[in-house]
Amino acid sequence: MLDFPEERGPSGIAALKQKLASIRKQQPGIDSGLVTEVVRAVLTTISDELTAKEASLLREVEELGRMIASAKSDIAALRVDDINDHDIPFATDELDAIVDHTAHATNAILESCEMLDEVSATVSGPSAAKLQAATTKIYEACSFQDITGQRITKVVTTLKTIEQKVAHIIDTFGPPVEMVRRTAQHVSSDAGLLNGPQLPAQAMDQSDIDKLLADF
Amino acid sequence: MAIDKSMNVLIVDDYKTMLRIIRNLLKQIDFNNVEEASDGTEALSKLRGGNFGLVISDWNMAPMTGLQLLQEVRADNRLKALPFIMITAESKTENVVAAKAAGVSNYIVKPFNAETLKDKIEKVLAHA
Repeated sequence: MLDFPEERGPSGIAALKQKLASIRKQQPGIDSGLVTEVVRAVLTTISDELTAKEASLLREVEELGRMIASAKSDIAALRVDDINDHDIPFATDELDAIVDHTAHATNAILESCEMLDEVSATVSGPSAAKLQAATTKIYEACSFQDITGQRITKVVTTLKTIEQKVAHIIDTFGPPVEMVRRTAQHVSSDAGLLNGPQLPAQAMDQSDIDKLLADF
Repeated sequence: MAIDKSMNVLIVDDYKTMLRIIRNLLKQIDFNNVEEASDGTEALSKLRGGNFGLVISDWNMAPMTGLQLLQEVRADNRLKALPFIMITAESKTENVVAAKAAGVSNYIVKPFNAETLKDKIEKVLAHA
């Protein structure tokens, strides 16, 4: 590969001319007139001054490049990858757990209510009417589970839309330039211990707790 | 006109809890012959293979929604006069208008109470 000088401007042109002379010396058979013509054309092109419009355009392109680099840096600082890798899956899992728990509780209430209905069938008079009125109220109230389930489904759908948009941003700007990893939270204060209920798959049951306590 | 409470009623909802609630509320007003379906497709199959006097259906189900079920019912020569009540959380005007245009007999918005359910069933069956 030819080793061309890296200087620009008049000193670069002089260095190129010198290099050309050196090549001519090494390759005497080469058509020096033709090479000179080609090199002159190239030199003329690169030594031409940029017009004011082109210079302005170049500055804008450079500014755009700086803005993109800055945006990439900002996105990296926001840890958008954590949103898709951790935050949204965590939120949807929690919401799914809410639906499961409320469904479980509602079914237990309904089961008890059905037993009360059976009892009311064996009773007569005002007591039977009171029992039925009470169970009717419970049935009506239990429909909350359907409504909350539908609302939660809407929230999950919204989260998934956000997830897609975040993925699009990451795709557009490329991988974050600096990965700022979450540091492990210290549990030295009460606030650090307030994790809320655990998801069923991760939670310890009472026997696990008993075993843990017995180890102390 | 006296209502025949021994008729077969088909309730359609993808939430098992909701099916259980509606079944129990119907039982309290003496409708004891109640069958369940968890979406429009299953409901349509049961309706075509059975003899029902009333359908109470949710709207938001997959793969066939309550509205699509209603349209299929109204397009079926044997089923087109079947009383059809929509019970749904969809409470926008355009929903009610679309259901009405498709031929719904009545429309109940969730959450509902037993009195509303009883009232709508009586009205629908009185006009059947």
